[in-house]
Amino acid sequence: MSGFQLTVNGVVRRVDDALAGESLLYVLRERLGLPGAKNACEQGECGSCSVLLDGELVCACLELGAAAADCEVVTVEGLAPAASEPADGLLTDVQRAMVEAGGVQCGFCTPGFVVAIHQLLAREADPAPLQVREALAGNLCRCTGYGRIVDAIERVVVDRRVPLPANGRSEDSLS
Amino acid sequence: MTVLTPTRLDDALRALAEDPSTTILAGGTDLMVGVNAGARRPERVLSLRRVEELRSWRRDGDDLVIGAGTTYATLLHSELRELAPGLAQAARTVGSPQIRNTGTVGGNIGTASPAGDTLPVLAALDARVELVSASGRRTIALDHFLVGPKMTSLSPGELVAAVRIPVASGPQEYLKIGVRNAMVIAVASCALVVDPTRQRVTCALGSVGPVPIRDRRTEAWLSSQVDWRVGRVRSASVAERFGMHMASAARAIDDHRAPAGYRRHAVAVLARRAVERALT
Amino acid sequence: MTDVATRTTAPKQGGRVGDSPVRPDGTPKVQGRFAFASDLHADGMLWGSTLRSPHPYARVRSVDTAAALAIPGVTCVLTAADVPGVPNFGLISTDQPVLAADVVRYVGEAIAVVAADHPDTARQAVEAIVVDYDVLDPLVDPAAALDPVTPSIHPDGNVVRKITLRHGDAEATADVMVEGTYEVGMQDQAFLGPESGLAIPDGEGGVDLWVATQWLHEDQKQVAACLGLPAEKVRLHLGGVGGAFGAREDISLQVHACLLALRSGKPVKMSYPRDESFVGHVHRHPARMRYRHHATAEGELVKVEAELLLDGGAYASSSWAVISNAARFAPGPYRVPNVVVDAAVVRSNNPPCGAMRGFGAVQVCFGHEAQMDRLAQVLGIDPFELRLRNALRTGDTLPTGQVITGTAPVAECIRAAAAHPLPAPLDDGAEWLELPGGLGRTADSDRVHRGVGFAVGYKNLLYSEGFDDDSEAKVHLEAGVTTISCAVAEVGQGFVTLAGQIARTTLGCDDAVLDQADTVSVGSAGSSSASRQTWMSGGAVLLACQQVADQVRVALADRLEVDASTLTATDDGRIVSDDGAVDVGVAEAAGDAVFEATAVHHHEQTKPLDRWGQGDADVSFVFAAHRAVVDVDVDLGLVRVVQIATAQDVGRVLHPVQLLGQIEGGIAQGVGLAVMEEMVIDDGIVRNPSFTDYLIPTIADMPEVLATCIEQPEPGAPLGAKGVGEPPTISSTAAIAAAIRAASGVDVTRVPVRPWDLV
Repeated sequence: MSGFQLTVNGVVRRVDDALAGESLLYVLRERLGLPGAKNACEQGECGSCSVLLDGELVCACLELGAAAADCEVVTVEGLAPAASEPADGLLTDVQRAMVEAGGVQCGFCTPGFVVAIHQLLAREADPAPLQVREALAGNLCRCTGYGRIVDAIERVVVDRRVPLPANGRSEDSLS
Repeated sequence: MTVLTPTRLDDALRALAEDPSTTILAGGTDLMVGVNAGARRPERVLSLRRVEELRSWRRDGDDLVIGAGTTYATLLHSELRELAPGLAQAARTVGSPQIRNTGTVGGNIGTASPAGDTLPVLAALDARVELVSASGRRTIALDHFLVGPKMTSLSPGELVAAVRIPVASGPQEYLKIGVRNAMVIAVASCALVVDPTRQRVTCALGSVGPVPIRDRRTEAWLSSQVDWRVGRVRSASVAERFGMHMASAARAIDDHRAPAGYRRHAVAVLARRAVERALT
Repeated sequence: MTDVATRTTAPKQGGRVGDSPVRPDGTPKVQGRFAFASDLHADGMLWGSTLRSPHPYARVRSVDTAAALAIPGVTCVLTAADVPGVPNFGLISTDQPVLAADVVRYVGEAIAVVAADHPDTARQAVEAIVVDYDVLDPLVDPAAALDPVTPSIHPDGNVVRKITLRHGDAEATADVMVEGTYEVGMQDQAFLGPESGLAIPDGEGGVDLWVATQWLHEDQKQVAACLGLPAEKVRLHLGGVGGAFGAREDISLQVHACLLALRSGKPVKMSYPRDESFVGHVHRHPARMRYRHHATAEGELVKVEAELLLDGGAYASSSWAVISNAARFAPGPYRVPNVVVDAAVVRSNNPPCGAMRGFGAVQVCFGHEAQMDRLAQVLGIDPFELRLRNALRTGDTLPTGQVITGTAPVAECIRAAAAHPLPAPLDDGAEWLELPGGLGRTADSDRVHRGVGFAVGYKNLLYSEGFDDDSEAKVHLEAGVTTISCAVAEVGQGFVTLAGQIARTTLGCDDAVLDQADTVSVGSAGSSSASRQTWMSGGAVLLACQQVADQVRVALADRLEVDASTLTATDDGRIVSDDGAVDVGVAEAAGDAVFEATAVHHHEQTKPLDRWGQGDADVSFVFAAHRAVVDVDVDLGLVRVVQIATAQDVGRVLHPVQLLGQIEGGIAQGVGLAVMEEMVIDDGIVRNPSFTDYLIPTIADMPEVLATCIEQPEPGAPLGAKGVGEPPTISSTAAIAAAIRAASGVDVTRVPVRPWDLV
């Protein structure tokens, strides 16, 4: 079949060698060099493959790659630009909070959580505790028991309430 | 495998008419599970993602016409939440936010799982399914569309275009039993719709039969037990008796999720509680 | 999406023992850059897939691979005949075929493997293999397996191990006796990262394998044996591990991937889809337990009798050790002068069972804690008081005759867990997620009853019965940077963080780096299991660091032209002189010179159990108490776990945040076993091999967790710290079950508790 293109993390990417039955998750991981989204179940039951598709949080495993043609995808790799030097690169406040709060153990669920948390906080700056739980009920974690993840989110919510510095801009933003 | 991604409904229908064995892909939350497992290897897939006509809903007098491509998220977060509260309650219990952003009510209808969450609500609303093909449109009662577990009377070349239900005129309840708070398939469910304008209560049970279970005699009896001036049942025992009657209409089976006996017991409780909430 | 997120730099590494520094792999993990075994790639890589038995028990008459081989893109198809070395593998006995030859003994047993150019091609090839089965009647009842009349399903027989434990007077009687029969269903570890590995042949008959595992060197040993290769030709490297919890102790794809790589001459990646994962690893042993507790009228335990039957499934795995744990810990953390335990683990055609966090102690804890509550009720004593009255202390004798010489703060754990405030009662404004039934909107708050339950449990730390599970670490100090080599399998628990903390504390350096774990650079660190790595590998790192510090001390003395004996290397990374004139950090004192040490850390020797189950089998013990609060919808049997309060015997807190993470994560698994997790097996067939129907707790299911750490440093433990991973899983399930009994009035004798058990 002929290829297709889609915009991933702001860059138009052409996919020519995919087999038609490949999911968006497979295309991202195996065709586009973006292994951040994970394949814990490939049934839409764990959220480890969570990405934004045209601005909505979805499981990439449940999207047929070819049917995502001309769509806009944001993966965990697209949330903060990688630095050019070998050092760690930049993190979003959510990513940093997850590390500092102990919300990461094995890390397999982490990319999915990071994307889902970003989406939650973009829609609701100060979510109630139960709202947080409902919004993240599609992301399974087997290691942490979720306690430190909830703590990470609380830290971000509090930190974001602090007024921006005098120049009034945060460092970067996705358009 | 060929994947088609039309943006217009008529293009979609033409593609379907060319090869009626084409597999329809809406949200993908059922189909892709099989594709990923290698269990389903469709030759030709018609993705409806970009067909805007299917993704919209409109009010038509006292009816709502909800496009088949309407997602659970839309049922839950748009004005449909007030206009079809039972559907919104059901949508809230489906899967996860990720699933709700992509799964569609048309997919729920087309898949026709005995545990489909919108189906008991739609059944209790006497929903009518609008089907469309390259040769025209037809409308069929949901009861006649769902013919068995995962079986519908969809004809080759047809798509579910929309579902038509009345705008809510009274309380609606959807109760669903699952062992976990999210991402759980209903073990048993109950939808209750109160229509004060027609002085009618309807009820459908899910996951306790091949299709949603109605019992029109019991519904008629319940309706007659309501003091419609105030929208309340006349006596305290009505709810419990209603629950027992509905339970005996259930055709529950044992499976790896739950035993039949529990399901029957559970729907009696759910039906009773639905009445207690809506009509006391 | 409107993005208000700020961008910031990654947090800095650092921290000493007692701090909560960020984990060194945290940044790549949140960026999605961390390479899990399932993310690995090699040029020209093929994908492997496995043909597995659909039958629980069958003779294999023939395996026809011709159609599979004919599929374009398929490179090779291998069967039992292609295994060049030892045909079997196994952790304790090598009883399991790499690929089944003439018989399959469980649904999911591997029969053939395929390498192809695309995972879907490999899968299609697997489907094209034709096997002629002679289906046999499976042995699925463990009680039948125990019966000598039942034909053996394996040359090693149907009984893997029987333990007859007798301590004190088997005929002792007492004022009161309570009896109960209990059952624990089969739990699965359900780690998120599927089994994955990448095998790369070196072109000279050897192979490098990157794999997610719990014990690199043990895997290497088994793989080399099955490949018929010397150990040097089989090099294992740790691929990022997505959780383990016991499920990666046994070989899964390791030999398969290497076989395919060596045969095809190409790198071969294998990564199990979730349904294959569910049958591709061992599970927690389901258990049937019959207990009789005898006590005085004042509640002093006189005798505990237990009959334990664990179903080990088709192959032995670590069953031999699991049943020993179950037997040794059967009465629970209490003083019992007379103990009679008859325990057996048997073979069946059910899925194989082996290690899962808690390792036999989880099952018996459910039994003994139910019994303690029964006893309390019969005696009219508060169940909390009853436990305090009998709680073990240092100096007490255990059912094996071993005397506890280390710390045993059981009473402290009990009191501290109970001291946490109870949650507020449900009020009228409760939201659906706060009620049983959750967003399904099923609850009627008038029909919700609250219950509180309590449980205490314990188990061993480290390996037992004479097994020397040592650990090696190498430490290299150069220009202020400490590089640690240790083959610990980091599975998420945070050893990678601890190693750096130990180095910074002991050597006073800021920069500590842990090398990639492999079998080449350093010797075995033992398994990441048995709550042992902090003690054994933390201990190895500590020893090696201390040796380096000592080398620096001597070198400094030499430079200062003083007697080396006048200088001391301190616990907190400094070198000081008796007169105080010298006080310098070790790393600073090292300057530009290079110092290196390799240490092997052994624990004190333990003894095997004799024929009466007596022997000093363990190094140390760890205890925890849990209090659970549940709300039960008594008409529907739906349960919400509201709060878990716990106090855990930790010895010493080395990293407060990581420790809390272990407690919360373990409790989540305890919640799962209590109310939702079970592999449903019907005549040997797994009914729910997916996350659709094997339900683990979501964030919406988790209770509030309140945790206290009891710090009584353990003599003999490096840094005084006890392992913390398993205790949270041991008594949390039992506490929840007790709370459900209290709320529902139903005598729950089985976990997981299902709604229909309560109505």
